[in-house]
Amino acid sequence: MSEAASPAAVAPLGPVAAPVRRRVSFRAAFGITVLLLMGGAALAAPQIAPWDPGRQMLAKRLRPPVWEARGLAEHPLGTDHLGRDILSRIVYGGRISLGVGLSAVTLSGLIGVSLGLLAGFHGGRTDAFIMRVVDVFLAIPYILLAMGVVFALGPSLLNVILVMAVTRWVQFARIVRADVLSIREREFVSGARARGNRSMRLLLRHVLPNALTPIIVVATLELAFMIIYESALSFLGLGVQPPTPTWGWMLADGRNYIATAWWLATLPGLAIMLTVLAVNLLGDWLRDTLDPRLKI
Amino acid sequence: MLAYVLRRLLQSVLVLLGVSVIVFGLLHLTGDPTRLLLPLEAREEDVRQLRALLGLDDPLWVQYLRFLSRAVRGDFGLSFKHQVPALTLILQTLPATLELTAAGLGLALAVAVPAGILAALRRNSLLDVICSVGVLMGQAMPVYWLGLLLIMVFAVGLGWFPAAGRDGLASLVLPATALGAFSMARIARMARSGMLEVLAQDYVRTARAAGLRTFVITYKYALKNAAIPLVTIVGLEFGILLGGAVITETVFAWPGVGRLAVDAIFSRDYPLVQAIVAMLSTLFVLINLAMDLVYTYLDPRIVFVRGKQ
Repeated sequence: MSEAASPAAVAPLGPVAAPVRRRVSFRAAFGITVLLLMGGAALAAPQIAPWDPGRQMLAKRLRPPVWEARGLAEHPLGTDHLGRDILSRIVYGGRISLGVGLSAVTLSGLIGVSLGLLAGFHGGRTDAFIMRVVDVFLAIPYILLAMGVVFALGPSLLNVILVMAVTRWVQFARIVRADVLSIREREFVSGARARGNRSMRLLLRHVLPNALTPIIVVATLELAFMIIYESALSFLGLGVQPPTPTWGWMLADGRNYIATAWWLATLPGLAIMLTVLAVNLLGDWLRDTLDPRLKI
Repeated sequence: MLAYVLRRLLQSVLVLLGVSVIVFGLLHLTGDPTRLLLPLEAREEDVRQLRALLGLDDPLWVQYLRFLSRAVRGDFGLSFKHQVPALTLILQTLPATLELTAAGLGLALAVAVPAGILAALRRNSLLDVICSVGVLMGQAMPVYWLGLLLIMVFAVGLGWFPAAGRDGLASLVLPATALGAFSMARIARMARSGMLEVLAQDYVRTARAAGLRTFVITYKYALKNAAIPLVTIVGLEFGILLGGAVITETVFAWPGVGRLAVDAIFSRDYPLVQAIVAMLSTLFVLINLAMDLVYTYLDPRIVFVRGKQ
């Protein structure tokens, strides 16, 4: 650290974005491992979870995790106010978080990429119109919009996914449009056009594949966002409804017990943070590996 | 320059028109607004009366124009629950939200900008590592969870700050920290990479070759240029924070617009929901317009670049 005082350490003369290799790969490895564990646990929830997540055992309610004095070995992460096993609920909750997150990202990616392609490729009025719509969606407090819509339509799994996708597609649209603006000027595109390719084919065969890198990176970072988004809606009571266990709902439930049972609100939040952290690390790594110049 | 300002103004108006369409649409989502506005067990008679009262039998575009002409005058109708104009309620609660948002943003900037710059100056030092771990954590923590943890530790456990409510400076600390954490992470990251980018510029190398001291180079040349992109970030962050305030206010029982909104949604008070969404969006658009103009002033090149697009 003392070397920082010397001018050489102050001014990196090499390329700025050059990542320190060892650290990046450690981060990526950590992210991927956590994600695989979380994803695997969610997929194999019925096999892994020690208890039925909805099973209430009132005699054993509000037991702390096993490492505390009143903890029970058969409930490693403790039980909630209805005597339900926290570990099992977290494992099952991962299904909702990851499942809803992935579906919402896919859907919002489809919407955003299509509109971004259209805007960037056609330019002119189409572009101006789509970009104004993008501005509108950026201006509206999405969480309020989502709450209003979910409340009006009813909080079903499908509605939650739809609303999340419809309020977040702009992220894809913006990045794809910016990329397509430069891609369409490149020679292979005019070449393909000169060979008589139609617009649709041009877009899908020549433009889209060249815009894939930022799309993949945005998709990963958006997945992290969607997981937080879903749990926020659940936390506010407008996500996937109980008795389906979700991390956000568990947190909201645990809120009433923060003075007496710290684990109720802490552990599901930890699960959210770990998952989001892992996805973010994966996203950062993808960006640095695929295209370090990307500014996302 | 003037042309650019005018264009930006026109854009903002268009965006607000778009917002008005969505806000109007919010009430017509299920097809029949009376279903949203009245309790499910409402009598047929009441439904008919409300339809007449709201002019729901007119064509949709007539209804929209009526809504728009009222909305631009700040008239969003009476809140069903409170029986006062929605705007009055918003104006009563807005100061609390602005206070929370400003505190969160201020805190984020106060911590993140120095931290990011120091991290860039001492790249790969322990400080840099601590900073980037902090950034990663800050970006991964949901605001309501951080809020609950803060309450658990500092309100319930240590008793340093109140757990809820708005009562003096002490009550602002926890919600502002929870709200500001995410922005703090993003701003620190931006400040760090911005500073690194500037330090690699030719003029910094020239200044160094000319024998200027590191201190002068860092604070006189680099810092100024690294600060420019931060201005736009502040505008965007403010909008994100306004959205985040909805959740933070719920966690800390902070009497602001966000809590009013959540309350309004659950009590089917749709005129109030419409008014709040419209007002917050307008605020966001205005702040970003202002930031853009400041940005143009700081970096005139931007007019040319954006003018070409």
